[in-house]
Order: sequence, then structure tokens, then C-alpha cells
Amino acid sequence: MHAQPRAGAQPAATAEEVLAQYRRLVGRRIAIVAGLALACIAAFALDLVTGPSALTAMQVLGGVISPDSLTPPQAAIVWQVRLPYALIAVLVGAALSLAGAEMQTILNNPLASPFTLGVSSAASFGAALAIVSGISLPFIPVDWMVPLNAFAFAFGSVLLLQLMASRRGAGVETVVLLGIALVFAFNALVALMQFVSSQEALQQLVFWSMGSLSRATWGNVWVLGLVLLLVTPFSMLAAGRLTSLRLGEDRARSFGVDVGRLRFMALLRVSLLAATSVAFVGTIGFIGLVGPHMARLLLGEDHRFLLPASVLCGALIMSLASAASKAIVPGVLMPVGIVTAIVGVPVFLFLIFRRPERS
Amino acid sequence: MEATAVREDSLQVSHLSTGYSDRKVIQDLDLPVFRAGEVHSLVGPNAAGKSTLMRALAGLQKATGSVRLGGQELIGLSLAEHARRVTYMPQTLPQGVALSVLESLVAALRASAIGERSESHDAAERRAVAVLERVGILHLALEGLDHLSGGQRQLVSLAQALAREPRVLLLDEPISALDLHHQLRVMRLVHDLARERGMIVLMVLHDLQIAARWSDGIVMLSRGAVSATGKPAEAITPEALARVYGVQARVEHCSRGGLQIMVDDVVTADAM
Ligand SMILES: Nc1ncnc2c1ncn2[C@@H]1O[C@H](COP(=O)(O)OP(=O)(O)OP(=O)(O)O)[C@@H](O)[C@H]1O
Ligand SMILES: [Mg+2]
Repeated sequence: MHAQPRAGAQPAATAEEVLAQYRRLVGRRIAIVAGLALACIAAFALDLVTGPSALTAMQVLGGVISPDSLTPPQAAIVWQVRLPYALIAVLVGAALSLAGAEMQTILNNPLASPFTLGVSSAASFGAALAIVSGISLPFIPVDWMVPLNAFAFAFGSVLLLQLMASRRGAGVETVVLLGIALVFAFNALVALMQFVSSQEALQQLVFWSMGSLSRATWGNVWVLGLVLLLVTPFSMLAAGRLTSLRLGEDRARSFGVDVGRLRFMALLRVSLLAATSVAFVGTIGFIGLVGPHMARLLLGEDHRFLLPASVLCGALIMSLASAASKAIVPGVLMPVGIVTAIVGVPVFLFLIFRRPERS
Repeated sequence: MEATAVREDSLQVSHLSTGYSDRKVIQDLDLPVFRAGEVHSLVGPNAAGKSTLMRALAGLQKATGSVRLGGQELIGLSLAEHARRVTYMPQTLPQGVALSVLESLVAALRASAIGERSESHDAAERRAVAVLERVGILHLALEGLDHLSGGQRQLVSLAQALAREPRVLLLDEPISALDLHHQLRVMRLVHDLARERGMIVLMVLHDLQIAARWSDGIVMLSRGAVSATGKPAEAITPEALARVYGVQARVEHCSRGGLQIMVDDVVTADAM
């Protein structure tokens, strides 16, 4: 029987040839992921050697490997400033991008991300509340109060999304609309807090609304690193089910995927990743949106590749943005949130204008 | 494709009720027994409840009553348990998905265990390619889902369901977007697979001519209730067509077997 051949295509390939072609494609995808990993390492090194103090690239890299090669003040710069700063950039980029990738799939919406669905805004509000009210809890160090409160609010906002998503009959559109409502509500509340707050509190609030890596500590690095290490394997275990969800909710369910549970677990991972990141560095926009889209353009939506590639793309963009934030105006440290937004907006526009092409 | 042992199960649906929160669509429905290796067609006007019934049989929707496959009651089983036995092909395939045809089939196979089988990636890829070959779309294997024509998408959607080799295959309008050649090709394929594997097939069709030619039995659904059932020649009669579809039609029995259905006009109020 004759199937219509594609225009210009080779005459009917055999099953073995198609399999071989497919395996080459998979090989190419693995190579792309490996390439992204290398690019990440390079960007991390670039971020590490960029900075205002008079250290050469060789000194910095040498100091990371053997701290004894540096004078104590130099070692302090490398180990207490550069390294945690560069590491938190990688981790935040990875975490937000992975969160964005999972959100986009489970909400079936390419514009979903922790930033566009209000998780970051909720965290900002939580931070603002802690800063302005100056509350403290017993047993909790004062400088952890702000991130903790930010985390609580971010987690709460995801649980609210969760509640909507699991309500019977609520479509994913409802969830997205609720997320947008959250953005506006929390942004308004943050503005209100700024309006009533003292001069000193206002400065701290500005840090939050712009997003900055400059307060990163080793404690932050460890916590976020552990969260990422804990969450990523579960994401990868769900990769096959996430891919099948892209074929439609009914179809995935008929293939035996409990979509409600998949969504619940994914949102749980998203809330951990996004809330922890935002708690430490403030609102950094667009990474959660742009990272997964870059990965999708490079590799398609087989989540075995999409998820790791999203992690790497997020880390890569964030490292580059971090390096750029130190280099754009020499001697001035720009809040990295500003730089990522400058990188992110054109990509965002590109994606929006590309969408109607789909029939 | 390797031969699978022919099974002797049958599907029995009785006292089935299902619907949506605000609307009961199907109440206390009994269907004739579907035997292994048979192809049955579910026909009826728009909004009769065909898709709703299929979704209930697939376990995608709350239902009460009984759906027995062999000795096993399906209602109340988890999605994963359902998916070991039953596969449902929905009416549509979503747009804007960056997956290739072959990847989508592998995803369908790997989503959950089928029967006793949970496949490795390698085995799933081989099975997927074999199914594409059988459906006749091997040349589309590496094409993106988003670059396909409407009919090609429907063939891919069918291939995803066939790949799982279920004991019960539920197809919701599998040929509505296909050209003449592919309509017949799909009907022949589904018919042959049912016979080879002892699979039970229930498909929603709007083309009565094709339904009559390729089905062992017809279920005509109207407003959520069975209006006519039996062998094609028994179920598709001028009276049933007038009652269910509101059309004046003649049904001729051809000398070569099969039915010839000629629809002349819609029934006017006074003719009813
Ligand atoms: N998600 C839903 N929520 C509420 N009511 C629904 C829903 N889907 C379908 N219905 C209603 O259930 C009834 C049966 O719909 P169903 O989709 O089963 O019809 P159908 O026989 O498949 O029609 P068609 O031939 O047009 O596909 C219709 O009255 C429809 O309005
Ligand atoms: Mg329907």
C-alpha cells in the first residue's frame, strides 16, 4: 500500500533505518545536553573571575583549587564573596528553570513560571512583611527570618494554586488566571508596604523587588543545593509521565497516568524550588520562563532531555547574567534581577510573536 | 509484529450510569456482550453521549454499574490498572507539542505497564516503529507532531493507542479526518488486529456505511440510551434512522453483502 511520501523525502525507509535515525537523534540530544553542561562550567568560571577587586583570572581559579596560594584578604574575597555568589547564581538559575519547566507542562501553558504565576511576588510580600514588621521567632537567627517568611508565603501561594488545580472541574486556565491575580495582588501589597515603611526598611525592600545575589552566604548555597539535589531525581522519575501528559490529559490518563497526582507532586517540587530560591535572592524574573523555552527549542519535549536541559539552561543564563551584572558598569554591582529581565524580555517577546504560527 | 495469544474474554456492560456534575448523560445502560476479536461500532447523533460512554468505559470518568472484562470488574479500578487492559483514543490530539511521532509513541508505551509488560526504552522503540509501519506512517516517524496534517495527526493518535496492544480498544471517531483510502485502510487494520489478537474493539463512527461494512455489531445511541442494536442489518433500518437521526432513508441489502444506505431527506414534522 502506498503512503504518500513527503515531498523530497527518500523513498520509503525501512524500520531498521528509522530506528537508526532515531538513535542518532537521541545521540545528538545527549551531545547537546553535554554541551550545555560544558557551557555552564565555562559561564561559572567566567562569573567567578569577574569582579571589582584586582585579582587576575588565574589567581581566582588557582585560589579556588588551593586557597594557600592567596594572601588572606584575597582568599577571603574568593571564598567568602566570589564563590558563594557564583554558586548561588548557578543553583538559583537551575532551580527556577526546573520549576518553570515542570509548571509549563503540568499547567499546559508555555507562559507559566514561578514569576508569572505569582510565586515570586508572594515571596516578596513575605519578605516585606518580615522586614517592615521586624518580627522574630525563638530559636531562629534574625537573618533567616526574612527568607523564612518569604518561603512561607511562596509555599502558600503554590498551595493555593494547587488547591485550584485539584478542584473538580477547574481547568488549567483557571489556575493560570488565579496566578496572574496573585501577581497583581502581592505586587500591590508590596507597594503598599513600601509606601508605609521607614527609610531603612525601604532599602531592604528594594533589594527584594530587584533580586540580588550579593547577600548569598554559604548557608544559602548549602540549603538550595540540598533542595535541588533532593528534588531533581523525583522530577526525572516523573519525566516519562510528564511527556505523556503533553499528548493530552485524557490520553495520558488512559495510558495509566494519574494526572491529578502527577500535578500535585510536581507543584510540590515547584514550590520547594521556587520558594527556596526566591527566599535567598529575591525576585529574579524570567529565568523560570526563558530557561525551559531555550531547552525546548534545542531538544523538544521529551522530558528525559527537557528537564536536565532546562536545569542547565537556567544555570547558564543566570551565570552569564551574574557576570554581566558585575561587568556592565565597572565597579558597580547591578542587581542581577535587572540584568536577567533585560535578557529575558526580548526572548519573551520573541516567544509571544512566534506562537500564532502554530495552526 | 509478534503474534499474541488469542484471548477469550468478553466485555459486559450493565446498569451503567455516568455523566458530569451538572448533568446525567447516561442512566442504567445495558449493552450487548462484546466478544474477543469482535469490532463494534457506536453510532448516534451529536451529543448522544458516545464520547461520554467511551470515557466511562475507559475509567476516565466516574460511573456506577458494572463493566466486566472476563471475570474482572473494571469500575473502581485505578487508572494504572485500567490502562493494563483498556486504551482509549480521544477525539483530538493537542496542538503545539514539540515531540516527534516516534517519541509520542514511546511516551504512550512507557507511561505505565501494559498487561504484565513494562518495557525498556529499547523494546518500546522497536514496538513503536513496528506499529508505525503497520499503520503505514513509518515515513512520518521523525516528523514533529506540529508539522502534520489533520489526517496524519489522526493516524498518529490511532498508532499511539494501537501500540499499547490493549485487550479492549476504544476509538473515538478514528477516521473522521481521513481520506477514502485511509478510512478503509484503518478499518481493515483495526478489523484484522481484533481478529489476530482477540482484541475487543468499540469505535465511535459517524459514517453508517462504513460502520455497517466493518462491524460485527452496531450500537445506536440516542440521548444516552440504546435505540437500536444488533448485527448491522438488524440495527440500521429506515425506522431507526428516522427515529434517531430524523432522516428519511432507504436501506438496501446488496447481493455482495453489506448494506447500501441512501439518505433522501430530513424528516419533516408531519411525516414523523
Ligand atoms: N465536560 C463536560 N461537562 C459537561 N457536560 C458535557 C461535557 N462533555 C460533554 N457534555 C455533555 O454531555 C452530552 C454528551 O456529550 P458527548 O460528548 O458524549 O456526545 P457525543 O455523542 O460524543 O457527540 P459528538 O458526536 O458530537 O462527538 C452533551 O449534551 C454534552 O453537552
Ligand atoms: Mg464525541
